[in-house]
Amino acid sequence: MSEVRKAVALISGGLDSMLAAKVILDQGIRVEGINFFTGFCVEGHTHAIRNKDRDRPKRNNALWVAEQLGIKLHIIDIIEEYKDIVANPRHGYGANLNPCLDCKIFMVQKAREWIDRHGFDFIITGEVVGQRPKSQRKVTMPVIASESGADDLLLRPLCARRLPETRPEREGWVDRDRLFAFQGRSRKPQIALAELFGFEDYAQPAGGCCFLTDAQYSNKLADLWRTRGDRRYELDDIMLLKVGRHLRPRPHFKMIIGREDGENRFLEGYRKQFTHLTIASHNGPLVLIDGAAADEDLELAAQIAARFSQGRHAECVDVEIHTADGGTVTLRVAPIAGDQIPRNWYL
Amino acid sequence: VSEAQLDARRLLCPMPVIRTQEKVEQLDVGDTLTIRCTDPGAIHDIPAWCRVNGHDVLDIAQRDDEITIRIKVCEA
Repeated sequence: MSEVRKAVALISGGLDSMLAAKVILDQGIRVEGINFFTGFCVEGHTHAIRNKDRDRPKRNNALWVAEQLGIKLHIIDIIEEYKDIVANPRHGYGANLNPCLDCKIFMVQKAREWIDRHGFDFIITGEVVGQRPKSQRKVTMPVIASESGADDLLLRPLCARRLPETRPEREGWVDRDRLFAFQGRSRKPQIALAELFGFEDYAQPAGGCCFLTDAQYSNKLADLWRTRGDRRYELDDIMLLKVGRHLRPRPHFKMIIGREDGENRFLEGYRKQFTHLTIASHNGPLVLIDGAAADEDLELAAQIAARFSQGRHAECVDVEIHTADGGTVTLRVAPIAGDQIPRNWYL
Repeated sequence: VSEAQLDARRLLCPMPVIRTQEKVEQLDVGDTLTIRCTDPGAIHDIPAWCRVNGHDVLDIAQRDDEITIRIKVCEA
């Protein structure tokens, strides 16, 4: 009996990687999945934070895909190593701060290391030639294979017949004739294949699965880097960029204003790290102050916080300022008028 | 057989799953692990992770905003 070959599939939780894994499973290959957590994944977080999303299903799509396919899934934390990919992408950014090509190379490289450690034979991805303007192009396919070190152990089952033969095909581990030749941005071939496999429920996030493809999120990250003077971040920083309304009234401080109870609760977890504002006289948001705000800055911040409270039309609003060292001061302020908040304060 | 604990409170998914996975890798078959978490996503994700990786969920309890999940490490 011939040896059962083993492949690791990069599982994003979307349809393409699910199909790619299924195509290879159906050829008798043992497949396990890996899913990388960069910190920028759209997956889960905001659902957990915002009240309005609490009724939506909170499933992790990568785990859900693995369960549908009946394969194991290993979720790998690459937060630390990923920082350098985001800050210094060799191949540059896409439309926003998304370093898609470097990201793919890095993930395939991590998969290559994984198969070496675990005795697997090859790697599969759901990439399709021409699907993405930055990373999934005919010219980038060999770049990913070579720069990741995966070389011909990287098989893309959905478009393999448009690419040179890989080792799994040459060695007869998989039958090239039963792989596909998808190309371009149309989703029709994938949807037809999903129907063939009987997949009715699958995730197809419009903006992909990464916050870095989002223009507003990228603006906030660019602002963070600009004001710090270098391109570093911690996990808490990039989590906070996903939450609340962000306003920078002055270059040296920013306000993060909870938009509803779920976000206020989340921001409460950061109270000990930040000077923060709460509204004493009305219902209102929790506001974190990021930066070095002087007394006059805190008065302005209190007026802005009051504007986003239930007391926005009141003459006066009492705002408590809690400093990071544990002190509390109450300011009575008039809420700032909406037209006194310039558009460019909003990040 | 050991009874291990994991505090994953305030971590947002998928971090509670990742920490669970890392902890399970250090345990032996038959050991149990009790995970405390606050992200409501964990109530779905940790059992899903157990199902796909072949471990047993022994108990799930929810009290206020805290979720406690007890799992048993099985032969992977």
